[in-house]
Amino acid sequence: MKIAIASGKGGTGKTTLSTNLAALFAEKVQVVLADLDVEEPNSGLFIKGDIEREDIKYKMIPEWNESTCTLCGLCQKNCNFHAVIQLGSQILVFPELCHSCYACSELCPTDSLPMIKQRMGQLKQFRNKNMTFIESRLDIGQEQAVPLIGQTIEYIEKNFSSSTLKIFDSPPGTSCPVIEATKDADFVILVTEPTPFGLHDLTLAVETMKELEKRHGVVINRHGIGNNDVLEYCEENNIPVLAKIPNSRKVAELYSKGELVYTEIPEFKAELEKIETFILNFQKS
Amino acid sequence: MKIAFTTKGIEWNSDMDPRFGRTEYILVYDDEKEEFTSFDNRDIENEAHGAGPKTSQQLFEMSPQVLITGNGPGGNAATVLEKAGIKIFIGAGQMTVNEAYQAYKNNNLKEF
Repeated sequence: MKIAIASGKGGTGKTTLSTNLAALFAEKVQVVLADLDVEEPNSGLFIKGDIEREDIKYKMIPEWNESTCTLCGLCQKNCNFHAVIQLGSQILVFPELCHSCYACSELCPTDSLPMIKQRMGQLKQFRNKNMTFIESRLDIGQEQAVPLIGQTIEYIEKNFSSSTLKIFDSPPGTSCPVIEATKDADFVILVTEPTPFGLHDLTLAVETMKELEKRHGVVINRHGIGNNDVLEYCEENNIPVLAKIPNSRKVAELYSKGELVYTEIPEFKAELEKIETFILNFQKS
Repeated sequence: MKIAFTTKGIEWNSDMDPRFGRTEYILVYDDEKEEFTSFDNRDIENEAHGAGPKTSQQLFEMSPQVLITGNGPGGNAATVLEKAGIKIFIGAGQMTVNEAYQAYKNNNLKEF
């Protein structure tokens, strides 16, 4: 069972929800929490545990072999990302633009672009009682989040049974990294705030999930600020609102200290339990 | 000598395009033959990635010795242009092509 927590707008509370929800579940069952926001993972600020594993992650990049190349230009013509450029009698490869699709390498008639391993980041696994926490972090200077997100999900699939509850703290936005982080999820929780900006980005996120044909629901964070437009939008579009987390200065204070919230604020915990119940029911169905 | 400009049109009075990779046109002026050649680069809008290297590659095929542009190329494009041995002058983003050419002739543009 895979639950992805995404948002559209950044800073709406994905990590707060992911970490607290995972900790609440871990009071009773085994749970895997994965921070898939590999460009700036931050769940680890709130989850402490013993390190169990540390893997270097690689992606495959073509390397030009000048001595066998016939300068036919097929590689350049077929690269959709302009990561391979022919400049006169030279072939230039831009590793940051490369999506590791192998097209240039496979199509090269003289095998002059063999794929070579290049380090892109690191995966770490921690354990705290019932919770396994996995954090992947892209190296500084790396531009492609998707391969690392994909490899992290692959790692989780391989190492944990399909019945284990998995919570994916996803990247913000609606572009490739979010799609990679949510495309295998059984359910996507979209966290928003009840403001015009929150609604605008929620709309984009909902459209993305519809396109992916993903079951999804909304959690309204900082309920009480802004207006009722998000609620009305969800009603009109038949999107279940799983919880309304009340706006509270205390949440921000605990967050700023890197602490979990639900153990300290009963109203927060009550809303979290609604989400827990929803997920358990969803799992049964 | 052939001088390339990043532009929004293909005439002397056209505005410069301050962007390099996503420039609308590349205009090349051959000051010996007093001739223009141009390339319509507007398809670059459809490219999500790698606009810099792609435009650089196009520029290379037009074989200018000098490029006059606005903001200057990004990292990937700069790598290609350096390999291609093209000298880059920046800061002409708000000028017309003619003004940019005069500024270059009068050494008023900054070398990248």
